[in-house]
Amino acid sequence: MSRGIASYGREFCLRLVRNMLRIRRMEERCAQLYGEGKIRGFLHLYIGEEAVATGVMANLRAEDAVVATYREHGHALLRGISMNAIMAEMFGKREGCSRGRGGSMHLFDAATRFYGGNAIVGGGLPIALGLALAHRLQSIRPVTACVFGEGAIAEGVFHESMNLAALWQLPVLFCCENNLYAMGTALARSESQTDLAKKASSYNMTSASVDGMDVLAVYETAKSASAYVRETGKPYFLELQTYRFRAHSMFDPELYRDKAEVEEWKKRGPIHNFTQQLKRAGLMSEEDFLAIDHEVLAEVEASVAFAEAGQWEPVEDLTRDVYTEAT
Amino acid sequence: MNAARKLTYRDALREAMREAMQRDGRVFVMGEDVGRYGGTYAVTKGLLEEFGAERVRDTPLSELAFVGTGIGAALGGMRPIVEVMTVNFSLLALDQIVNNAATIRHMSGGQFSIPLVIRMTTGAGRQLAAQHSHSLEGWYAHVPGIKVLAPATVEDARGMLWPALEDPDPVLIFEHAQLFGVTAEVSEGAVVDIRHAKVAREGANVTLITYGGMLPKALQAAQELVADGIEAEVIDLRVLRPLDSESFLASVRKTRRAVVIDEGWRSGSLSAEISARIMEQAFFDLDAPVARVCSEEVPIPYPKHLEDAALPQVDKIVAAARALFGAAAQ
Ligand SMILES: Cc1ncc(C[n+]2csc(CCOP(=O)(O)OP(=O)(O)O)c2C)c(N)n1
Repeated sequence: MSRGIASYGREFCLRLVRNMLRIRRMEERCAQLYGEGKIRGFLHLYIGEEAVATGVMANLRAEDAVVATYREHGHALLRGISMNAIMAEMFGKREGCSRGRGGSMHLFDAATRFYGGNAIVGGGLPIALGLALAHRLQSIRPVTACVFGEGAIAEGVFHESMNLAALWQLPVLFCCENNLYAMGTALARSESQTDLAKKASSYNMTSASVDGMDVLAVYETAKSASAYVRETGKPYFLELQTYRFRAHSMFDPELYRDKAEVEEWKKRGPIHNFTQQLKRAGLMSEEDFLAIDHEVLAEVEASVAFAEAGQWEPVEDLTRDVYTEAT
Repeated sequence: MNAARKLTYRDALREAMREAMQRDGRVFVMGEDVGRYGGTYAVTKGLLEEFGAERVRDTPLSELAFVGTGIGAALGGMRPIVEVMTVNFSLLALDQIVNNAATIRHMSGGQFSIPLVIRMTTGAGRQLAAQHSHSLEGWYAHVPGIKVLAPATVEDARGMLWPALEDPDPVLIFEHAQLFGVTAEVSEGAVVDIRHAKVAREGANVTLITYGGMLPKALQAAQELVADGIEAEVIDLRVLRPLDSESFLASVRKTRRAVVIDEGWRSGSLSAEISARIMEQAFFDLDAPVARVCSEEVPIPYPKHLEDAALPQVDKIVAAARALFGAAAQ
């Protein structure tokens, strides 16, 4: 980091801590709730990757649009969907942000322009292009942030989308969360070229790679990347190098990586490291941290209570929302 | 005959692959996470260790590319088994399956055939919502040029792969996600065909026609109908393309009533095709209109109660069968 941490100011830094913790604590609770059978289906935790969503989302404005994957709880939360609505969605309750119809992998919210959790790898990329094209055609200047894992790079749709975005100069911020594994497949066993920024340059797209475990580095890089998209109307490819601490989903016995490797990465834990930095710089005390954590845990418990108290959609409404007009 | 052993559906699928790879050096397995991860549904677990990375090939996330590669390898003399994680993801490879695998034999005037097997998971029931739960095998069954199998029993899970590999044309095998844990006895070396439907339960009063993940539900419904004095015959279609019409027509001619149970949506479904064939060929043998129990016309929702409501269930099958007997039986 070229800029000293103190120059960000205490308030800003504590907000980053709080946001990362909100994701972490919410998801730790989700894992428990999964064990209790309250949350079902697939559940993909973001634990370890929080600095990425935190640094990127802090640069988006209300008019911007977001397209994400099934590992989208953190993005949805920081985009401004309430934890209550997210938790209720994971419970499958009608108070959820998708009326309970989507679950963990399909969080949607029109109010915050959150165009979903998509559970088809690469499925969101063309949607982001379309949003960006619509903005262009309407002469408005939002940024469309498109979040996806490095696994998506192997999909044909990635290449088709990169090409078209560059060809048509669409204002998309491609955020590739490179956590090194697509389920059990390591990047090097999937890609002939593992330097992902090079992929972008072959499409004549500007790109950058950043340490996704360092929230300030993510914030700074995403800041210039989003400013580039906003000002030029052109696409930008941002690689965020990160690591997931937990299994791919709740069904994964993790046969494909060493425990030691996971432990190594945990030493670079984004919350721990950033709080250490803040303490060293005298910007935050242990009491500050505990106070934030206390509030966050209360928010999490309130969301669980909200979800518990939520209603099941009546079975009579099963086929609602298949078409705009009831048929 | 050989001794019987207890196996899960999952183990049966794995054994069938292992045996095929031992028997024929041209057979190899390819797909996402089939190797190091051990298979999304643990079907291929252990095969990498046994056969090595040349024959158990982890692919990138490139359904279109690796299904197409399977077609080319089959054209080139291999016997590939391509695993696609779920039928929803196979849509990314639809172009290769429908435009190449299904057509090349015909388009080449019979010069080239494609001895390819594509396995994939289908079906709902695990709260995986609307991008992981659909039953699209009926779509594939629409396409001439491919064969479509739906093993509903452990015996078929064990036995269908080898004849599918021996078949000179592309064969798609649909494994229902709810069946992987089902356990049953299979006799060693049992040979099954991939041409005929099978009577899974004999009965005289109504025919329940189904396949895949709905077979256990149909069998349970048949059990419950006994209390009403209704003896249901249950037909396991096994092969969705080409459909073995004779089997279910013969049954319907005997029982004079039919309920088709299909996890696909009703509109434009396989159940519609079966019902049409009964109408065309057994109309005057019927004592009641053909009934259908299908999924509701909705993308499969996430919450359990709605998912359950969207799918064919035993009580719906029982009610549909009872209704064919008029007020007296209700
Ligand atoms: C088209 C498609 N193929 C396969 C899958 C199964 N699948 C779900 S997540 C995943 C790994 C994707 O990895 P990556 O894009 O790196 O994202 P991560 O899960 O690491 O965040 C796979 C193979 C899918 N959902 N969609």
